[in-house]
Amino acid sequence: MNPAPASAALALGDDALLLSHRLGEWAGHAPVLEEELALANIALDLLGQARVLLSLVGDEDELAYLREERAFRNLQLVEQPRGDFAHTIARQLYFSSYQRLLYEELAQGDTAIAELASKAVKEVDYHRDHAEHWTLRLGDGTAESHQRMQQALDALWRYTGEAFEPIEGLTVNWATLRARWTDRITTVLRQATLTVPSGPQSGSWAAGGGRQGVQTEPFGRMLAEMQHLHRSHPGATW
Amino acid sequence: MTTMAPDAGTQDDVAYEAQFNAAVTAEERIEPRDWMPDAYRASLVRQIAQHAHSEIIGMQPEANWITRAPSLRRKAILMAKVQDEAGHGLYLYSAAETLGTSRDELLDRLHSGRQKYSSIFNYPTLTWADVGAIGWLVDGAAITNQVPLCRCSYGPYARAMVRICKEESFHQRQGYELLLALSQGTEAQHAMAQDAVNRWWWPSLMMFGPPDDESAHSAQSMAWRIKRHSNDELRQRFVDICVPQADSLGLTLPDPDLTWDEERGHYAFGPIDWDEFREVLRGNGPCNEQRINQRRTAHEEGAWVREAATAYATKQAERSRHGYRAPHDPQQGDTQEEDIA
Amino acid sequence: MSTADWPLWEVFVRSRRGLSHTHAGSLHAPDATMALRNARDLYTRRSEGISVWVVPSAEITASSPDEKDSYFEPAADKPYRHPTFYEIPEGVRHL
Repeated sequence: MNPAPASAALALGDDALLLSHRLGEWAGHAPVLEEELALANIALDLLGQARVLLSLVGDEDELAYLREERAFRNLQLVEQPRGDFAHTIARQLYFSSYQRLLYEELAQGDTAIAELASKAVKEVDYHRDHAEHWTLRLGDGTAESHQRMQQALDALWRYTGEAFEPIEGLTVNWATLRARWTDRITTVLRQATLTVPSGPQSGSWAAGGGRQGVQTEPFGRMLAEMQHLHRSHPGATW
Repeated sequence: MTTMAPDAGTQDDVAYEAQFNAAVTAEERIEPRDWMPDAYRASLVRQIAQHAHSEIIGMQPEANWITRAPSLRRKAILMAKVQDEAGHGLYLYSAAETLGTSRDELLDRLHSGRQKYSSIFNYPTLTWADVGAIGWLVDGAAITNQVPLCRCSYGPYARAMVRICKEESFHQRQGYELLLALSQGTEAQHAMAQDAVNRWWWPSLMMFGPPDDESAHSAQSMAWRIKRHSNDELRQRFVDICVPQADSLGLTLPDPDLTWDEERGHYAFGPIDWDEFREVLRGNGPCNEQRINQRRTAHEEGAWVREAATAYATKQAERSRHGYRAPHDPQQGDTQEEDIA
Repeated sequence: MSTADWPLWEVFVRSRRGLSHTHAGSLHAPDATMALRNARDLYTRRSEGISVWVVPSAEITASSPDEKDSYFEPAADKPYRHPTFYEIPEGVRHL
C-alpha cells in the first residue's frame, strides 16, 4: 500500500472532524427523540473517519487540539453554525452527496485513504439517505418547512463550490464529480418541490477558502470551544 | 368470558384482582393486555415516565461537555453515551405506552412540571471531571437501583430494563476510567477529579430516595414486585461498593463519618442533608429551570419539523391512493440508484 | 399539536442469519420509510441486527388475555403430540 498523501488526509479529516463537532451540538436539542439517535450516529461515523484520517498525518489529538485556525484545511461548509434543523439537513445533503461520490472514487485507489474510503462509503451512503429523506419531508411538508428548507439551501449554496477544487494528492476527475453531484442534488430538490439555488457557489474573495486555511468567522469561536480544555493542561493525558 | 370487558363489574374485579395478585406472587410477569388494578397501572406509568424523563433530561449535563471533550477518544465515548441516554428514554417511553399513555402526553406532563425526573440532573457539570463523576457515581447509583428492576412484575418495563442495564455498564466504566486518568494525571487534573467527586457524592446518595420510614410509595411497590429492595438497603449497597472503588481511584469520599462497621458488616456513613434534597425536588436546585427550559424549547422548536413529516406522510398516502408518487417525479430513465422515493 | 403526533410502530429485529425476527420494542415515526431508519438507529447501534421489520402498532390484532383459557388450555391435555409421550425400548437408535 502506498502512503497516504498528508495534505489530502488532512483536508478530508478536517471536514469529518468539524462536521461531527457541529452535529454534536444537537445533543439534547433535536426536534424529536428518534432524531437524537440519528444525528448522533452520523456524528459518530464522522468522528471515526476523522480519527483514522488524522492519524495518517500525525497524532490525532495534537492535530485536532493544537493547530491554529489557519492550519485547518476543511471546507467552510462544515464549520457553519448548525442553525435550525433545515440548515443541518441542507448541509448534510450537500456534504454527504459530495462525500459519497468522492469516497466511492477514492475507494478504488491503493493508499490508506482508499482503505478508509471503502469502509466509510457505506456509512456515508446512510448519511445521504437520511439527508435526502428529510429534504423530501421538509421541502414537500408544510408551507413553513418548505420555506425554511429553501432558505437553508440558499444560504449554504455559496459554500458548495470549493468542494470541487482539486485536493493535492488525490487523483479525481473533479469536473465529473461536480456534474454528478449537481445532478443528484437537482433530482432530489426537484422531487422535494424545492428550487436549486441560483446564486454563486463560492465567494469572490481572492484569499481563497477553507482548503487554503482561510475560514469564516464562526470557525475561530468553534475552535476556541473545542480546544480550550485540552490547551489549558499542556502535556496532560486524558 | 370473551365478551366481558375486564372492568365490567365489582364482582369480576375481585376475581381479577385475586388472579393478578396470585400471578404477581408467583413471580409471573404481567403483560400489557392483562387485567391490572388501576393503582398498579397508575403507579407504573408514574415510575416509568419519571425514569424516561430522567434519561432525557440526563442528557443535558453531559452533552454540556461534548463540544469541549479534551481528546477525540473521549469525545466519541461521550457522544455515544449521551446518545444511549436518548435511546434509553425511548425504550422506557415505549414501555410506558403499553400502559395506554402516549409519549406526547408524558412529554407534556414533563414540560408542564406535572411529572418529575431524577433530581440529580438539577446539579451543574462545572468541569470535565464531572463527566467522570456522573459516570461513576450517578450511573453507578442508577445501576444499583435498576438491576432489581430487570425482575419487575411488569413485563415491558422489565424487558426495557434488561436492555438498559446491559448498555449502562459501559457508562459506569467509562466514568471510572475517565476519573482514574485524571486522578493519576497532573496535579491540576487530580484536583479536578477530587472536586467533582466531592460535589457529586452526596447528591448520588440522595438518588435512592428518602429514608424508608418517609418513602411514600415504597410499601405498595414492594408488594406489587415493582420494587424489590428498600431505598435504604440499596443506598447501603451502593456505599459499600463505592468505598473500595474510591480507594483504587486514589480519591477520597467527602464524608468524615465513613467507617467500616464490623458488627453490621457495612460501611457507616454520615447524615444526608434531606433539606437540600427537598429543596431541589421543589424546584430550587441550581439547574431546575435551565433543564426544563431547554427540553421545552427543543420540543417547541422541533414542532415544525414533526408537522412537516406528518404532512408529507399524509400527502404520500393520498398520492398512492390516486396512483402516483410525487409531484415532480425524477425523469424516466433515472437509474435505481438515483431514485430515492 | 396533535397533527404532529407521529404514529407508533413495533420493531422486529433479526439478530443473525438463520434466526427469526424478534420483537425489540417500539418507536414513533411519520411513515414506514422513516420508521425503518429510526429502528435501525435505535435498535441496532451495537450490531444487534442484520434485518429489521417495522409494523404499525395499530395494525396488530392480538388474542385477548380473557380468551387465554379457551385458546391455549385445550392444547395442554394432548401429550401425544410430543415425542417424549412414547416409550421406546432401550438400545433402539435413530428414533
